[in-house]
Amino acid sequence: MLQCHVKGCNANNFPLELQEVVLEQEEAEMNEDFLRNMLTKIEYDALVATCLKLDINDLPAAIPADAAYNDEFLQILHRVILETHIKSGKMVCPNCQHNYIIRDGIPNMLLAEHEV
Amino acid sequence: MLPTPDLSHLKRKDYEFVYEPAEDTFLFLDAFEDEVYFLKELQPAISLEIGSGSGCVTAFVGKILGESSCLKYCTDINPKAARATQGTAKQNKVSVDIIETHLVSGLLPRLEGQIDLMYFNPPYVLTPSEEVGSHSVEAAWAGGIDGREVIDEFLPYIKRLLSVKGAFYMVVVNENKPDEIREIMKNDGFDSSVVKTRLAGREKLFILKFVRTAA
Repeated sequence: MLQCHVKGCNANNFPLELQEVVLEQEEAEMNEDFLRNMLTKIEYDALVATCLKLDINDLPAAIPADAAYNDEFLQILHRVILETHIKSGKMVCPNCQHNYIIRDGIPNMLLAEHEV
Repeated sequence: MLPTPDLSHLKRKDYEFVYEPAEDTFLFLDAFEDEVYFLKELQPAISLEIGSGSGCVTAFVGKILGESSCLKYCTDINPKAARATQGTAKQNKVSVDIIETHLVSGLLPRLEGQIDLMYFNPPYVLTPSEEVGSHSVEAAWAGGIDGREVIDEFLPYIKRLLSVKGAFYMVVVNENKPDEIREIMKNDGFDSSVVKTRLAGREKLFILKFVRTAA
């Protein structure tokens, strides 16, 4: 969901590319209504691309037509967006190559003064 | 009555670097308690707290919304506050994604019009302008002239981030000129109301609520 915001970096800067990532799985209660709600908010192609980079290849390449009522699909989506957490790593802007570091599960999006 | 989030994991030492919940925080919790019905009806898919500090408010709101019902984002410019929010979320079994950033930097334009619930207890204290811009605990209160410098920087983002049905809540004090803030927001297309108000020592606190004016 995050995007590069370095001054002048306006194109081709989403999704940020994840590198050197350590993942963590944590169980969470499944809520179908929430997942249906999220279907309209997710940039699905970016999600799939990012998952593939992390060797998570369970998501179908295209969003199923019956996504909202496809239990199997919702299960996968639940696991990916609610149960998979990035513990550490970095996010690299595909355009300007700026590195955003993730530490303790917290991405740092702060920029130096000359980058703002 | 909903219980106040468990903050027992935060010690005296933590509060040297992270704003300790005080009257303003508790008034914010009380306001959200009054808003329970509205929040449940709203069914936010994505929420965002700016400057989450100890994480007390987001843990409380998380309890209202319920497990796995909403992606809850928090931002804080202070790395120690970001970690305090994380600890509080864990302690209270609320899942939260925290981002270390200035206000909402890095969230736009991707989250444009996507946030259903947004709330901010801003640095509203009147201070010299030079005190604004810290990355430590001062960032929690130093508001510059009229306590408005950070608030005014943030206001233009509200119309960009909030979804059509979205609601925004903010703590202010009398010196911030709440009526003027409401007027600015009115010009941005928002209706406002005062959800709660309280006199706490010398501070007259208000919780303002903004929703888009029906077309």
